[in-house]
Amino acid sequence: MAGDSGKTIDLTGVMVEATLQPADYLVVAPVVIPILFGALHLMLRNRSVNHGFMAILGMALLTLATFGLLQRVLETGPVTMTMGRWLPPFGISFSVDVAGALLAFTSALIALGGAVYGAATATALETRYGFYPFFMLMMAGVSGAFLTGDVFNLYVWFEVLLISSFGMIVLGSEQRQLDGTMKYAFLNLVATTMFLVATGLLYGTLGTLNMADIWQKLNASGEVRGPVMTIAVLYFLAFAMKAAAFPLNFWLPASYHTPKYLVSALFAGLLTKVGVYALLRISLMLFSDQRDQLALFMAWVAALTMLIGVLGALAQREVRRVLGYLVISGIGTMLAGLAIGSQTAVAGVLVYAVHSMIVMAALYLAAGIMNRLSGSADMAGGGGLYAASPMLAGAFLILAFSVSGLPPTSGFWGKFVLVKSALEVGAWWLAFVILLSGLLTTIAIFRVWTFAFWRGGPEGTPDGAEGWTVNALDAKFRLHAALTVGVLTAMTFALGLAPEMLLSAAADGARSLLYPMSYVDSAFGGVSQ
Amino acid sequence: MEIYLALLVGCFFIVSIYLLLSKYVIRILLGVAILSNAVNLLIFTAGRLNREVPPIIPEALQVPAEATANPLPQALILTAIVISFSFFAFLLVLGFRSFQDLNTDDTDNMRFAEPVDPPPPPEGY
Repeated sequence: MAGDSGKTIDLTGVMVEATLQPADYLVVAPVVIPILFGALHLMLRNRSVNHGFMAILGMALLTLATFGLLQRVLETGPVTMTMGRWLPPFGISFSVDVAGALLAFTSALIALGGAVYGAATATALETRYGFYPFFMLMMAGVSGAFLTGDVFNLYVWFEVLLISSFGMIVLGSEQRQLDGTMKYAFLNLVATTMFLVATGLLYGTLGTLNMADIWQKLNASGEVRGPVMTIAVLYFLAFAMKAAAFPLNFWLPASYHTPKYLVSALFAGLLTKVGVYALLRISLMLFSDQRDQLALFMAWVAALTMLIGVLGALAQREVRRVLGYLVISGIGTMLAGLAIGSQTAVAGVLVYAVHSMIVMAALYLAAGIMNRLSGSADMAGGGGLYAASPMLAGAFLILAFSVSGLPPTSGFWGKFVLVKSALEVGAWWLAFVILLSGLLTTIAIFRVWTFAFWRGGPEGTPDGAEGWTVNALDAKFRLHAALTVGVLTAMTFALGLAPEMLLSAAADGARSLLYPMSYVDSAFGGVSQ
Repeated sequence: MEIYLALLVGCFFIVSIYLLLSKYVIRILLGVAILSNAVNLLIFTAGRLNREVPPIIPEALQVPAEATANPLPQALILTAIVISFSFFAFLLVLGFRSFQDLNTDDTDNMRFAEPVDPPPPPEGY
């Protein structure tokens, strides 16, 4: 390839020379599949008959692709696909390690459940207004954020999922939805702008945006001049706002109870966890020294998030607002692991994130069924639902155990690992706060269960009074909802009984976040510098 | 040159934060527009300013013959402009629609999702 100029350049170090194997395309498949299906849904916007089926198909393919990717990453270590054959820092790459693949797989599973539930609940009008294209493109954004290896690319995926989530949250245009969307949209926009500010400063400081290259420049050379601490704090601010950490959490309870139940479930399951993942990736892998200095501050943020979240949940009446505050409290628990920062703690964060995605999505969907049964979004306005649906009562009970962190559910293991790692480093007060928030969560969620299921009827009717009937569900909704909530509940139960696979995958993920040498190697195509 | 642009970016940030703290949606929207421009200028400045030629490599060569301008910040800003413009368009329509449906653009009166005095949680069983 030498030109006539006489200057010969050695390209072996900068270009990908090997041809791609078909299996390598797995790295981008989780982004390509939802985009393709989103485009398909958009083209067939006026023929809304088969949209539900198409969405299920698309999400099933996504689940398969992310599962294959997870398998591959667990076997061979981090995988990288570089766009345009230019190795970093020149080209944009998608780098996947166990942490990213694990969360991408879990989110795909939740999305599959969401598609099944949506096939029975999305009305023709909602389909016409683009519910499915938004859903698919949001999944593209979520998968992209988990898999990308480039900071600016991460920003772009954040924007993709954000603008689709705007469309989903406002779908229906009720007054309270418009109000909720206002707060959601403006505050999230400010957060992503902070993210972009930090990215601009990072580019000015290091001259690179590829995560592997940033890691090399920050950690290999020793001293880096420039406002690195400022950048780290800006990133922390931006992602803490995305993840709804105290005191930047107030957009979440203001908006998450307004859209349709499925949308709430998807948001609670996926979006805040993308923020947590970005926090892990940026502060553990890239700015590890700065994270060490900020650890105490992060611990305070985590403790306050846990407590404020769960106290907020105790003060609510509406089921979905209780759940919204419990999402915040769960974010605090994950931040506690980030503040501790040891390998066990990070593994605990990953376990807890997987658990939290499954359980929060399932709880919101269960709240949707409760709302249909009793016709009330209020925990005391319903009541007597045990008689109407013992299966739902049982599933909700298991989910309540799980969200409180009680055995035998997946919530127990996440909290167990986090408390253990907190005690290992001597942060007994953080362990105490985790356990205290667990106790208060138990009170908050079991109060919902008691009022909605245990009581004989709604507030005001004496127990056992005649004449209180719940709404009948149509057969299609019953089937789809039972399938979705049932499978998600079974998953949290199964992960509680047999957590070994999840724990070992999370340990792998934590290792690759904290010691990303193999990640960097794969990003540079094996030509490490 | 960088110092002047940095000062300008600072001014943009000050103005946009002042506007974002307002309680009227339309002023917050103006704040958002100025904020995104502040960030675009910030990236541009962070990519080093100089008066060089565009990074076009002559056909016979493999590297540029002389120093060139940095093309990457321009690509980044192009992406950021498109994104922030689409966001601004969405928020503008959202604000207008909210004004129509909620009859207010004062955020203090926007208490539809969170009523001012929500009923207390149930106490007794």
